[in-house]
Amino acid sequence: MNGVDAVVIGASAGGVAALFKVLGGLPQGFAIPVLCVLHLPDDRHSQLAEVLQRKIGRPVREALDKATIEPGLIYVAGPGYHLSVEGDLSLSLSQEAPVHFSRPAIDFLFTSAADAYRAGLLGVLLTGANEDGAQGLAYIKQCGGRTVVQDPEDAQVALMPEAALALHSPDHILSLSGIGQLLATLEDRAC
Amino acid sequence: MTSERNTDIEIRLLIEAIYLKYSYDFRNYSGASIKRRILHALRQFDCRTVSALQERVLHDPGMFMQLLQFLTIPVSEMFRDPGHFLALRQEVVPLLRTWPSIKIWIAGCSTGEEVYSMAILLREEGLLERTILYATDINPHSLERAKQGIYSMQSMHGYEENYRKAGGRRDFNEYYTAAYGNAIMDSSLRDNVTFADHSLATDSVFSETQLVSCRNVLIYFNKDLQDRALGLFHESLCHRGFLLLGSKESVDFSAYSDRFEALVKPERIFRKS
Repeated sequence: MNGVDAVVIGASAGGVAALFKVLGGLPQGFAIPVLCVLHLPDDRHSQLAEVLQRKIGRPVREALDKATIEPGLIYVAGPGYHLSVEGDLSLSLSQEAPVHFSRPAIDFLFTSAADAYRAGLLGVLLTGANEDGAQGLAYIKQCGGRTVVQDPEDAQVALMPEAALALHSPDHILSLSGIGQLLATLEDRAC
Repeated sequence: MTSERNTDIEIRLLIEAIYLKYSYDFRNYSGASIKRRILHALRQFDCRTVSALQERVLHDPGMFMQLLQFLTIPVSEMFRDPGHFLALRQEVVPLLRTWPSIKIWIAGCSTGEEVYSMAILLREEGLLERTILYATDINPHSLERAKQGIYSMQSMHGYEENYRKAGGRRDFNEYYTAAYGNAIMDSSLRDNVTFADHSLATDSVFSETQLVSCRNVLIYFNKDLQDRALGLFHESLCHRGFLLLGSKESVDFSAYSDRFEALVKPERIFRKS
């Protein structure tokens, strides 16, 4: 597989446990930035970054507006704001209306990241009871990036992966452990 | 892949055309969000390409006004982030009180919810009579709605809870009259409010102020434009004046990081240092 500059991951119902599994086995020197949108209740104070960091033993940050994306970090979107990637590979937040009842919306992260990273992006859509992310993932593919959908049979809630599969044929359909292994073997194109 | 590249070129041209023709400057807005809003407008106006939209916008000012409603984001609520207003009441008001007369600038006031929240808080603290509020925005439709102060009753019920969590001391319904499913705000709340068209991208400072509130506006700007806006606020604020930002905004990544200090950091309340 060709080098990847960034990974974006979207998940909804059952997503926290799925993220633990997918990100828990990354090798020590893994330097590719990972950006995650997980649907959360619209509450200002989310503990997701702290919880994830403790669980997987890697640095995790809540995404801040105008922060430059750094290698080796995992970013999670906070509640109440959409998260996007800008052309200069910095992060931006916004408060447009929710998409599929969700803010942050997976589609917004995926679409903007595809515009910024083009063929260097890997998009991963996991378990969820919602169609958010399906269009964004198809757009990543359209821009030359790679796409992975969690096998609906393996997903806690299959609706989100199924919605993605109905829109486009991804490069991989894998179980959570398969996705974890795939990420672990990625080469950083920048290196 | 070519068509996506074309869209990006067309968006740049549209933004340039809007600036040249109408002097509205979106050139330094965050790219991802403005792109989404233009593509959303494209679907609403049934235009096949951004170039087609540009032609209509360029030749029809009415069309531009319609597009402007998509380019600006009128998302607002009263006493949004109640903890912010509670901190404002507890930490800022006692200091604000020490000035004999007070000027407050609410930049990017949108449809006015933030203005009425501030006016209610100042009235309850006995400061409204000696305060002048400037409420500015680039969108004339939003400003008009802010002046009218009419909001749906449905949304008011949500604001009532915010108001209580923000330390509100009275019945929230004392501040409006309910009619036909709408709430009409008590007009005396805006006796000292001046609503004005002002752009943080192209206009300059118009008054010295003790407090500037600009919440959830800077996130739509790129770093350069954020710096410009923060520069205006810094220039407008008097010695030790207050700056209030949105819950995910900060001065940290700006050229002004060492010219404001945090007073209540989690609530995004800063002070000119």
